Amino acid sequence: MMEDDLRQMIGRVQRGTLSRRGFVKRMAALGITAPMATQLLAITGAAPAAAQSGSVPAYAPSRRGGGGALKILYWQAATLLNPHFGSGTTNNDASRVFYEPLAGWATDGTLFPILAAEIPSTDNGGISADGRTITWKLKRGVKWHDGVEFSADDVVFNWEYAKNPATAAVTSGSYRDVNVVKVDDYTVRVEFAQPSPFWADAFVAAAGQMIPKHLFKDFVGANARDAPTNLRPVGTGAYKFVSFAPGDNLRAELNPNYHRENRPYFDTLEIKGGGDAASAARAVLQTGDYDYAWSLQVEDAILKRLEEAGKGRVNIVDGGSIEFVQLNTTDPNREVDGERSSIKTEHPAFRDPAVRQAMALLIDRGALEQHIYGRGGPATANFLNNPPRFVSPNTRWEFSIQKANEILDRAGWARGRDGIRAKDNVRLKFVFQTSVNAPRQRTQAIYKQAAQRAGIDLELKSVTASVFFSSDVANPDTYVKLFADMQMYTTTMPQADPERFMNQYTSWECSTKANNWQGRNIVRFRSEEYDALFRQAQGELDPVKRASLFIRMNDMVVNSNYIIPLVKRPTVSASLNNLNPVLSAWDGTIWLLGDWYRTT
Amino acid sequence: MLQYLTRRLLIAIPSLLGISVILFTILALAPGDPFEELATNPAIPPDVRAHLRASLGMDDPVHLRYFAWLTSMLHGEWGFSFVSRIPVDQLILQRLPTTIAVIGTSQIVALCIALPVGVFAATRPYSLFDQIANTLAFIGFSLPTFFTGLLMILLFSIHLGWLPFVFRTSIDATGWRWWWEMARQSIMPIMVLGLFQGAAWTRYVRSAVLDVIRLDHVTTARAKGISEGSVTLKHVVRNAMIPVVTLVALQMPAVFGGAIVTEQIFRVPGVGSLLITAILANDTPVIMGVTFVFACLVVFFNLVADILYGWLDPRISFR
Repeated sequence: MMEDDLRQMIGRVQRGTLSRRGFVKRMAALGITAPMATQLLAITGAAPAAAQSGSVPAYAPSRRGGGGALKILYWQAATLLNPHFGSGTTNNDASRVFYEPLAGWATDGTLFPILAAEIPSTDNGGISADGRTITWKLKRGVKWHDGVEFSADDVVFNWEYAKNPATAAVTSGSYRDVNVVKVDDYTVRVEFAQPSPFWADAFVAAAGQMIPKHLFKDFVGANARDAPTNLRPVGTGAYKFVSFAPGDNLRAELNPNYHRENRPYFDTLEIKGGGDAASAARAVLQTGDYDYAWSLQVEDAILKRLEEAGKGRVNIVDGGSIEFVQLNTTDPNREVDGERSSIKTEHPAFRDPAVRQAMALLIDRGALEQHIYGRGGPATANFLNNPPRFVSPNTRWEFSIQKANEILDRAGWARGRDGIRAKDNVRLKFVFQTSVNAPRQRTQAIYKQAAQRAGIDLELKSVTASVFFSSDVANPDTYVKLFADMQMYTTTMPQADPERFMNQYTSWECSTKANNWQGRNIVRFRSEEYDALFRQAQGELDPVKRASLFIRMNDMVVNSNYIIPLVKRPTVSASLNNLNPVLSAWDGTIWLLGDWYRTT
Repeated sequence: MLQYLTRRLLIAIPSLLGISVILFTILALAPGDPFEELATNPAIPPDVRAHLRASLGMDDPVHLRYFAWLTSMLHGEWGFSFVSRIPVDQLILQRLPTTIAVIGTSQIVALCIALPVGVFAATRPYSLFDQIANTLAFIGFSLPTFFTGLLMILLFSIHLGWLPFVFRTSIDATGWRWWWEMARQSIMPIMVLGLFQGAAWTRYVRSAVLDVIRLDHVTTARAKGISEGSVTLKHVVRNAMIPVVTLVALQMPAVFGGAIVTEQIFRVPGVGSLLITAILANDTPVIMGVTFVFACLVVFFNLVADILYGWLDPRISFR
């Protein structure tokens, strides 16, 4: 079932010879889920599509204000309020209260216009036929909090500000490879060097938050740090700045001139930071002191117990984050040219597909979901799990020690006297590393137990998270080096498009000594076929074709078994029963704060 | 006296330098970097991260970084936080009022418990009161603050629902209501710290007073017919205070340094929580700033304790 059939069927729906329901039914028979099928239908122009009605929940209040105070709790506190400097979710979210991008990501992976009048598409002429230019039409009559009008100059300024290397903005990656031109006061053109089917990075979501030109224009480059506005933001958002204590508390109040009708609902806003996730959950679910608690990495059993108090509920938003295992393609125990895990070597055991297949059969994902992660970690067989239009229907996961044993027996890996299998002096004894984190250590233990019954010995190693995830070149224990046979961690997918996500298996991204282990391909997966597919997807303007390319890439890495996906990691948060937060898997918690309201 | 002061202050300089060298080297040797969160975010290319490191001078050799820090420190510039990109002294000053209010009050509470209970228990050793005070003191300082803190939250916030357990610096009320709200949210952290400290000090006060109360000059004073109360106050307590003053003086830097665990549990935005978040984020300038201030305060309060000895016991002279 590939894109040709798909396209034919979509064409029939468009011509009216096939009903939408019939389409979804046929897709279901082919193993494609209903949300994926409807999304395929929804794509009109090039991906990513604009938000449909229903992408964002309806907003009920019929007038601005009057909602009292909104109190949000983050167990990690924001430390700065300039979106171009904000490393990390908390800072991005805090500045998002005041600053807005041209568009944000709704949770179904579609774009929702905020400062833009509409989402560019081929139909409205926003996307050029060659896929090299995107034209944004800006909303008119938007005012900064100090009363100055928002215009195309601000948009162009943000590009200049972020791409300047001396500014040292964390957003520079989104801006340095594009060219931005002002067409008129309310139109901006973004130009790419290559045809770019994925163009929604610059000016979109967290990296796209607009700072005002008239307050920042003297602080571009090395003195960017000195801008007084860094700590007293003046944005276009639904709430205006009141006070900020870095690492503690952020306060804001209703913006009476907000550009979206009847919004916001709340009169004041407070975001308190610090503490720990479990007590943040308590403060919402059990005592009701706060309205919303962000990212609750707390055992699901505890959350369920707290929910029983009846005051609040747990929100689970399914995104692209995934907890997975990597089997090293290279040999961590041999040094070539002074480099361990060099791409010039092959892993002595994992080069045999039978061993990899056995490894994939030996992890009980059902048990991980049931006993460790709960609602916070549904088992999955795919590496690429969202948005629905990119999810492969072709993969299955299975847990079977018996099958693993059979496969290894057949491949000639015989048990030695100590019960560990070996072949040609290679013993199936692996170092399995991960970061220090309770659920990960429990997963390691489950894996080890099952592997033992198949004659594979796993030596468990856990590294402090601050070391494991650091980019310290001198430290041998960082995850980017992978000086172990296998490792496990969670990788995140920041955008509703898999291009940036799936580049981590291209051969030019290999993490090696030559690039200071900064390449994203940590497992050092190399395949010419994969590289070709990825290059094709990068330039493919047809959304259906592009989706099928990414599905094939997912199947390739998953079927190679070098990558063993374990569980999806949706974001978990808590809110009071009467609060209606608008959350998204592809954008920050605060992305549409203006639409939050309370049902009374 | 003045000569003594100058000499002590001069001696402090090399020791502070030594402390700063040790701190800086340990921080430089510690693994990790402030842009760890960027490392797992695929939207941010690795070379952006490398450039950020370079722009903050993190790739320079340790000794160069140390001298850069030292010279700017001598100029009165404390450097700026890698994470929030604002000056370190501002960050610390923002945290000081809350820290002094909460930790300071808890120390006063501790003294108010330790002095009367300790003295009273020592004047009636092995009485029922002494037994009870001893038992409670033992329990008090064997329970760690994170444990009593959580117990209090469970009891007063969740079970009874009387007190909030999230400390807010932005209380909207004014006047009496403000004070009331402030007291409600501060009472748990203050009591947790105060009772813990008070229990430890009670034991010290009791043993110090017990040592003095058996001395001959006390017996003499009693023989002269001075009332029991004034014997205790003038002849016993004043002499027994010397070891206690050392303890209290050495505890004073903590009033500024905050209490890391308790601040974290109750979300009190004090210097302690600033320090721990800076450590977790590998924010070297902030860690240096806070620990260095702490070192200075320890040196300073040592000096204060030495001077107080002279006032309490004129036989001690300064040379």
